[in-house]
Amino acid sequence: MTDNVDHGKRRMLIAATAAVGGVAAAGAGAPFVLSLQPSERAKAAGAPVEVDISSIEPGTMISIEWQGKPVWIVRRTQEMLDLLPKNDENLADPSSSIPQQPEYCNNATRSIKPEILVVLGVCTHLGCSPTFRPEVAPADLGAQWAGGWFCPCHGSRFDLAARVFKGVPAPTNLIIPPHMYLSETRLLVGDDDKSKLKGGQPADKGAAA
Amino acid sequence: MMNLLKNLIGWIDERFPLVSTWKAHLSEYYAPKNFNFWYFFGGLALLVLVIQILSGIFLTMNYKPDALFAFASVEYIMRDVQWGWLLRYIHSTGASMFFVVVYLHMFRGLMYGSYRKPRELLWIIGMIIYLALMGEAFMGYLLPWGQMSFWGAQVIVNLFSSVPFIGPDLAIMIRGDFVVSDITLNRFFALHVVAIPLVLVLIIVAHLVALHEVGSNNPDGVEIKKHKDANGVPLDGVPFFPYMVVKDGVAAVAFLMVFSAVVFFAPDMGGYFLEYNNFVPANPMKTPEHIAPVWYFTPYYAILRAVPPMFGSQFPGVVAMGVATVIFFALPWLDRGPVKSIRYRGPIYKTFLAAFVVSFVGLGYLGLMPATETYTLISRILAVVYFAFFFLMPWYTKIDACKPEPDRVTSK
Repeated sequence: MTDNVDHGKRRMLIAATAAVGGVAAAGAGAPFVLSLQPSERAKAAGAPVEVDISSIEPGTMISIEWQGKPVWIVRRTQEMLDLLPKNDENLADPSSSIPQQPEYCNNATRSIKPEILVVLGVCTHLGCSPTFRPEVAPADLGAQWAGGWFCPCHGSRFDLAARVFKGVPAPTNLIIPPHMYLSETRLLVGDDDKSKLKGGQPADKGAAA
Repeated sequence: MMNLLKNLIGWIDERFPLVSTWKAHLSEYYAPKNFNFWYFFGGLALLVLVIQILSGIFLTMNYKPDALFAFASVEYIMRDVQWGWLLRYIHSTGASMFFVVVYLHMFRGLMYGSYRKPRELLWIIGMIIYLALMGEAFMGYLLPWGQMSFWGAQVIVNLFSSVPFIGPDLAIMIRGDFVVSDITLNRFFALHVVAIPLVLVLIIVAHLVALHEVGSNNPDGVEIKKHKDANGVPLDGVPFFPYMVVKDGVAAVAFLMVFSAVVFFAPDMGGYFLEYNNFVPANPMKTPEHIAPVWYFTPYYAILRAVPPMFGSQFPGVVAMGVATVIFFALPWLDRGPVKSIRYRGPIYKTFLAAFVVSFVGLGYLGLMPATETYTLISRILAVVYFAFFFLMPWYTKIDACKPEPDRVTSK
């Protein structure tokens, strides 16, 4: 060890080496982190699904799979629709002001046709799939219940327009996915771009479950 | 013969610190002589770790981390693999028993003030082990690809998506997909089998190194290093080998008897160790009627459910759950009591500790139950008690009427 060591220069070189090495380490780490993103195959799995809704009985629903998630299609009866406004005072967002639906479904029934509700069956709390409880005033849900969905995981409640009640864990109404009618009985879930309909039908993919 | 062995040890010792390591950590590492029942659980946790690693390695030989085959491969292990049922029940029982011994080990630390100076870092390393263990258990639970596996993972991963701004992208990054899928299963397998066990072993070594640096606490909460004989040996210490090793051996035998009883007579423990819904293959289209996490997560789960959404977000509940888990890290600095051990604490601390135990067990029970209005109300009260134990600690430990600590350890 001699005294004529330039400590300032040595510190500068150490810092510069560490900085360059740090940048290299971060760069080498990037591919590992980026590989955690959805793969191209996973991204491609979200194609629209066509459904025949003619066989749904009034007052019942079917569940189809879109992007790996359940989508419910409900044919509501006139009584069910008449009961909807009665829930308003107990709902967190009765007028659907939070954009959980496409513009064309921002109405009292949250649907294109009043009787047909198309809704993503995934609770806005933590992603469970709520249970369909269409009956009026069952013992376990109380006299106020006018039909809707009950989430078994954490007790969130939604009415038959998939609007969330006050005082439950779910913060917002259920999501209405983009959808459109190809004919009276055929529904396309996952796409609402009518311009694609010109000169042919959208690609048939998937089927009702 | 003895000469040959001596020469061999001598040969190794010139190249590797064999004898000195043995002495430093076993034959000349001194543990307090007044250890009681509560001091069994650290060693037992180590035993369960070995059981889990061994049974896990053999399960991996027949398990398939693929959404199409995972459930069937677990059934194959249970029905067709020779002794496969035993390997799987050992592993599933081991998961629950790990948390049993770790919770008792942590409670020991609470009672005797084992987190206090100079053991703050030892406690923090232990808490990191606890968090890693939670991650390990959570990811392992997805692997059988049953209904509970799927929906449990769905709920827990969605906790992250409620984080403001980055949440949704974070959840996608964790799943590697927009829903819990084959991709998620595959990466959880990698983390459960390779990454987290490696990390766990490393931090457990760090835990032991830190312990042997500061020495064990004891039921009296007084330092045995304050009184040493002429050779520097603590007067109230006994060598870890052979005395503590033999004592822990007895505990290990007793523990293995309980362990075997569960494995052979009640492997699903009435639905608490293995939930019934997990015997149904995962179905992303249908949530089971009632879902609950495995028992060791339910206290935190009950706190999550107890917090109502605020500002159109359920993030506050997630924060409460997170704080309930990590608040233990702050214990060394929250406790202002003049004594460490519960033996010399006053009535206020004892009351708060008892209330904390009631809230923890109560929340654990409520987390298993459906979310009815009455249960939610009780959960809210118990959650307040849970947090009061920690947040009021700087105040009540200070004003408590403590008894004087003895100078040396006491034995009955």
